[in-house]
Parts: sequence; structure tokens; C-alpha cells
Amino acid sequence: MSKKVLELLTAQFPGAVLETHSQFGDDTAVLDPAVWRDAALFLRNDPRTLMNMFVDLTAVDYLWRGDVPRFEVVCHLRSLERNHRIRIKARVGDEEGNGAEIDSIVPVWKGANWFERECYDLLGIVFKGHPDLRRLLMYPEFEGHPLRKDYPANRIQPLIPFRDVPNTGKLPPFGPDEGMSFGRQSHDFARSGPGASIDGDEAVSNGRRAGALEERS
Amino acid sequence: MEPLDRELDEAELDLPSEPMLLNMGPSHPAMHGTVRIVLELSGETINKADVQIGYLHRGFEKMCERGTWSQVFPYVDRLNYVSPMLNNVGFALAVEKMLGVTVPERCQYYRVILGEMARICDHMICSGAMAMELGAFTPFLYLCRAREIFWEIFEEETGARLTHSFGRVGGMARPPTADFKAMVRVGLARVLALINDAEKLILKNRIFLDRLDGVGQISQEDALALGWTGVVLRATGVAYDVRRANPYMVYDRFDFDVPVGTRGDNYDRFMCRQEEIRQSARIIEQALDQMPDEGPINIDDPRIVLPPKEEVYTTIEATIQHFKIVMEGIKVPAGECYSYTEAGNGELGFYLVSDGSGTPYRVRIRPPCFATTQGLSQLITGLMIPDVVPTFGSLNMIGGECDH
Repeated sequence: MSKKVLELLTAQFPGAVLETHSQFGDDTAVLDPAVWRDAALFLRNDPRTLMNMFVDLTAVDYLWRGDVPRFEVVCHLRSLERNHRIRIKARVGDEEGNGAEIDSIVPVWKGANWFERECYDLLGIVFKGHPDLRRLLMYPEFEGHPLRKDYPANRIQPLIPFRDVPNTGKLPPFGPDEGMSFGRQSHDFARSGPGASIDGDEAVSNGRRAGALEERS
Repeated sequence: MEPLDRELDEAELDLPSEPMLLNMGPSHPAMHGTVRIVLELSGETINKADVQIGYLHRGFEKMCERGTWSQVFPYVDRLNYVSPMLNNVGFALAVEKMLGVTVPERCQYYRVILGEMARICDHMICSGAMAMELGAFTPFLYLCRAREIFWEIFEEETGARLTHSFGRVGGMARPPTADFKAMVRVGLARVLALINDAEKLILKNRIFLDRLDGVGQISQEDALALGWTGVVLRATGVAYDVRRANPYMVYDRFDFDVPVGTRGDNYDRFMCRQEEIRQSARIIEQALDQMPDEGPINIDDPRIVLPPKEEVYTTIEATIQHFKIVMEGIKVPAGECYSYTEAGNGELGFYLVSDGSGTPYRVRIRPPCFATTQGLSQLITGLMIPDVVPTFGSLNMIGGECDH
């Protein structure tokens, strides 16, 4: 049944469907990255395909196989009415992993949002036109993309320093737009406010604490 | 002294007008699993919500690329740690799809029964935890007691209460014990009685119902586009259940209903879960009747299944076979496959890529509650802070699964 979907896709985008196969019964089409979003729109809107269920989006790094382009972006779709599935793939990126860019399909299925963020986070693939392309599972200071094959599994990440804020001391490394801003403000006020004598004592104790920490490290 | 009752002109008061940022989680008691929601509030109404996950990320997919195919089983146990058996079976089915083998019928029934028991545990704990977060502690204890009954059976069968690691490619680790069927029959009746008791405690409670009814609604189209599956999708009225739409194992032989909701709010999600527990119980009863008492549990293929221990110690062939499977792993044909099953939260997919060796090239899990959790910010925008708790609870976000 979904063989028909592959035929429709090939007829709609002649020359852009690079190869098709149905290994293990999963119908697969490898697309030219240039038609990625158009093909997604076609699959969702055409009454013969009606892929209204977004299932999965991920990528695979074929560095060890020596493929160029290196990454394969893999997307699984399903139609609720027709009960058929298709897997579409597109190959991006050079050997170094640069230029791994593809159109975002968030405008087609908004469910692709986190999946694309995760893919960017773990494999470093940039989705053009994504509304909010940030790291999702890793923290912002993380270096590298852990699911790439050239990222060693036992690599140790650098420690993130606490942010040193004048008059306040060390703060956790939250961004300025995160965290409880009102809490910080009252904290600032307590330090620089009327109780000057307390302020002085605290400065000393803060200094002592900082010194002790330095000695230990 | 100033009089206390002087008239206040609110316009003169220096009230802060900018929206307030509030962190909910990651260690908030209602954020089971660890998730952090940065709420932008106007008064108590949520203007914007940024859901941040990843606090339980353990690099599951990276770790899978280091061992053999069989060594993935302990990892999948720790994905959805409320119903590990369903993950075990899901992964085993994915590898078996690539190998092109089907396990014996007795094993399929065994997998179905254990899997449905895990599903009941999953739904019970979700409903119970949600009630507990709304202040109803007693039903949670009732349901924990019910789960304990099933866990004792799991312990008897697998040797472990929670992380069974019981699935194997081509079968199960051990055949069912002699009184497996009797234990499940007795246990199931006790569990259903406890669930009825727990329901009686909350389903007529005005406070509980008011906080569920009409809160956290989502439309069918949105739920589909967000990639929702499982109970949360069925609560919007879409009768999509993998067990019914694409039956795997022996699910096409059972008579069961797919409960659907109408409005897609918290109440529908809660009631769908409760009804699914009863449907799972129906499946278990039918499977117990149909399951053969005799017969092999593992497939007969020395390249996939470990030989019996007695033979490993006494014959050279079995020793070599054991060594090859343990040291090199099962040789899975090169290629890629996507296999999906109905887990506690919805469609649990495994996208596997093999290069023909004993080590997976890529194991991609499609966690059902990853898609569900990304819809959370849409659900709670415009609601009040107290609505976050039941809405989040009814989505049944499991940290281990969502964060990989």
C-alpha cells in the first residue's frame, strides 16, 4: 500500500528522489535536501498520502562508513486515515561535519520542534528556519555534539565556572533571562541595603570562604 | 500612628508591572522525573512556559553503540522505569525484525502477559501519582499496594522487581515458572479490586474533579501534529492504538476495546487510563486461557540464543557457541529498520542501524513521552499555576525515557 506513496513521491519530485528501498518492509525514500520541506508539505497535504502524524526525526552519522555527505537526517511519518508509513531521508554535511544544514519542517508539523532541537544538540545538524534552535538535552555550555562518531564516549567536559557577580558572590551559571530575578534583586538589596555593619561582616566571611576554596583547589 | 484604613489609590502604588519569572522544578515535588519549567507569569496566569528537559540524560544512545546487541537490554530497562518489561519486549522485537525471526507462540503469550501487567503498573502509578499531587494520598497508597502484587509476580518470574533485563533476542531469559498462570490469575483479581477501591475514593471528590475537568485541553489536529500517541492521543478521540492498528505478536487474537475520550482534557486522560487498565486485564485473561503450557520459549537458532548452561560446561560446541555470542555478539544483518510497539505512554519506536557486526551502529529510541512533553508548554499557557500540576501529571512524563 505504501509502495504507492513512494511512487507518488517519485512522480511529484522527478530527479529529487535519489533512491528508494523497502528493506525489512519499511518504505524509504532518500531525498535531495533541497526539496526536504516541499516533500514534507506534499506528503502531509496530498489526499492520497495524508501523512498527518509526525512520528520521529533523527539523524545518523555515517563517518565510520566513510559516506560523503556524512549525515543522514531520517524522518518517520504515518497517516492516520490511510494507516501507512514512510521514512524519508536526506544526506547532508561534508567529512568534517561542516555545512550540515537542512530546512526545518516545524512549519509543516509543529511536533518536529523538539526532535530537531535534539538532533541539533546531539549531532550538530542545523535546521534552517527553526523558531528556537537551542540545545535541548545538554546544557548550553556543552562542547561538541555527543552522538557524532568522532566524539569519544569517555570524553570529559570542562567544568562550568560559577558566575562572579559583584556584591553578590558566586551565582549558578543560569542565563540572565532565566531563574528567579526577583529573588536576586532582594538578595542584592540585603547586601547593599541599610545593614552596613552586617554587610561588612559578610564580606569578610565571604572572603574567608573564597580563600578556603582556593586553598583546597 | 498612621490610620490603617486610609483609602488606597491603586494607581499610586508602585506595583511591579513586568511579568515575573518563576522556576518550577527541577526538584519540585510535582515534577516527577526531573523537568524544569520556566514560567513567565502575569499574576498567577501563565503567559509563557519554557519546558526544559535533559536533567536525566545518560547518553543511552551513545552507550548502546559500545556493547553488543544483547547488552542494550539493561539500558532499555532504565528508559521507562515504570514499565520496563514493555521496553524489553519492544527492543527484542526490533532486533528480531532485522534478523527475520519470530519467537515461539508460547513466548509471545508470555511477553503479552508480562507486558500487559507492566502496562497496568504504569497506568496505576500515573493515575495514583496524579491524585497524590492533588492532595489525595490514600488512592496512591492503594495503587502502590496493587503494584506490589504484580511486582511480586515479576520477582518470582524474573528475579528482579523493577529492572528485569528479562527480554532476549529470540525469546526470554527463562521459561515461565510452574505456577505462573495461577499467580497471575489470583494477582489480577486482587489488583482490580484495589483499583476499584481507589477509584471510589476519588471519582466522586468534587475538588479532584474540578481540577481535572476542562483543564489542559488539546485538539485532535494539534495532538497529531505534535506527534502524540498513546493514552494522551486517544483522550482527544483518535482511536489509534498500535496493538489494534498494526497488531504485533498475538494481539490480533484478543478481543479488547480501545477507549477514547472526547475533549482531550485531564479528565479524559485520567479516565482513558483507568479504562485501559480494565482492557489490559481482559487481554491478560484471554492470553492466560490461550497460552500453551508446554513448548519451547526460545527460538532454536544457535547463532542467536545462548545454549543451556549444562551444555556449555560439558560440550565444546556449546562452549564455543556461548563464547561467540557473548564476546562478539549476535550478528545482525546490515541495514536499517524501524519497529514500533505500544508502550505505557504510546508508540515506542526503535530505529536501528546495523553494519552487520555484533555491535549496533546506531540505536535510536523514539520515546513516546518526548513528543508528549513538548506539548506541555502549549497546554499550560493561559492556565494558572495550580493547573500545571494535574496537567503535567496526566501527561505521565517519565524522565528516563524523555531524556534518553
